[in-house]
Amino acid sequence: MAEEWALVAWLLVTTAVIRASGPVALGGRELPARATGMIALLAPALLAALVVTETFRGEGSELTLDERALGVAGAGVVLALRGSILVALAVAMAVTAGARAVL
Amino acid sequence: MRRASFRAGIRAGIPFAIAAGALAVSFGVLAEPVIGAGATLALSAFVFAGSAQFGSVAVLGAGGGLPAAVIAAILLNARYVPMGIALAPSLRGRWLRRAAYGEAMIDASWAMASRGGGRFDPIFMVGATLPSYPAWVGGTVIGVLAGDLVGDPAALGLDALFPAFFLALLIGGELRSGRSAVIVAALGAAVALALTPLTPAGVPVIAASAAALLGLRGRGSETDPAEEHPEIEGDPVG
Repeated sequence: MAEEWALVAWLLVTTAVIRASGPVALGGRELPARATGMIALLAPALLAALVVTETFRGEGSELTLDERALGVAGAGVVLALRGSILVALAVAMAVTAGARAVL
Repeated sequence: MRRASFRAGIRAGIPFAIAAGALAVSFGVLAEPVIGAGATLALSAFVFAGSAQFGSVAVLGAGGGLPAAVIAAILLNARYVPMGIALAPSLRGRWLRRAAYGEAMIDASWAMASRGGGRFDPIFMVGATLPSYPAWVGGTVIGVLAGDLVGDPAALGLDALFPAFFLALLIGGELRSGRSAVIVAALGAAVALALTPLTPAGVPVIAASAAALLGLRGRGSETDPAEEHPEIEGDPVG
């Protein structure tokens, strides 16, 4: 089998297993209150980490400060002013593309 | 009630679907020269996991080989393990049904379905994932077919869409749920920033979640169950 189809097969299986693992292993069980409190904080931790890595990660593993950061900052301003998500996304794209065209 | 949840989920998922569709165009453009049109479309249709798809194709394209590409994808997907553990207590039914809910997890829908105090609305989550699937597959088709017309996805600023969307989920939802959430988000961001140059892609996000939670453990859980998570569908989405 060619390498690209092996990649498809591996990703199909591993992704499905990883996504199902938590719900299958622990489904329907009430967790201790302490665990529940920590789980409630998983979303902000994960989202903040995703914002950082998706904004500052370069081609390899190095940190990169490029036009993306300007676009994300623009979106942040829109969101801080309670603008809609779609406006924030449009601003992120426009600022990033604009900065790349100019700089 | 379930129907209302499902519909609210679909409505909440539409802005993310638009962003995902645009990003999928860039996946199609970037992946097609590396793995061909068929495998590119198959990844989007059968795997449906953005960061793992981008990450593994980037490794293959750089000559990293199949094992390295698969490991990159596993690392990038590993965050679904804690996400699934968080979701699990809110799921009912037999294991196959629970597994199906797990397959419907994507970052945005999972975060939007969080209801505070560790509870999730799984029906809302499925609704919020639904619009992203046709957008993701359709965007990939456009990217594969019209790669030459689209040109360089970076020139269009498409790579700023995902971080901007995650920021919207953070500011519009999670950070309003209390001081602990703000502290954990700041800790998570700091850990991810510190680890990005030192570890393979995917590791910083998992480490940041763990470190942020452990960092807060000493302080005791401050999450007040009375502080209900603001419903994301209350946000202006269009």
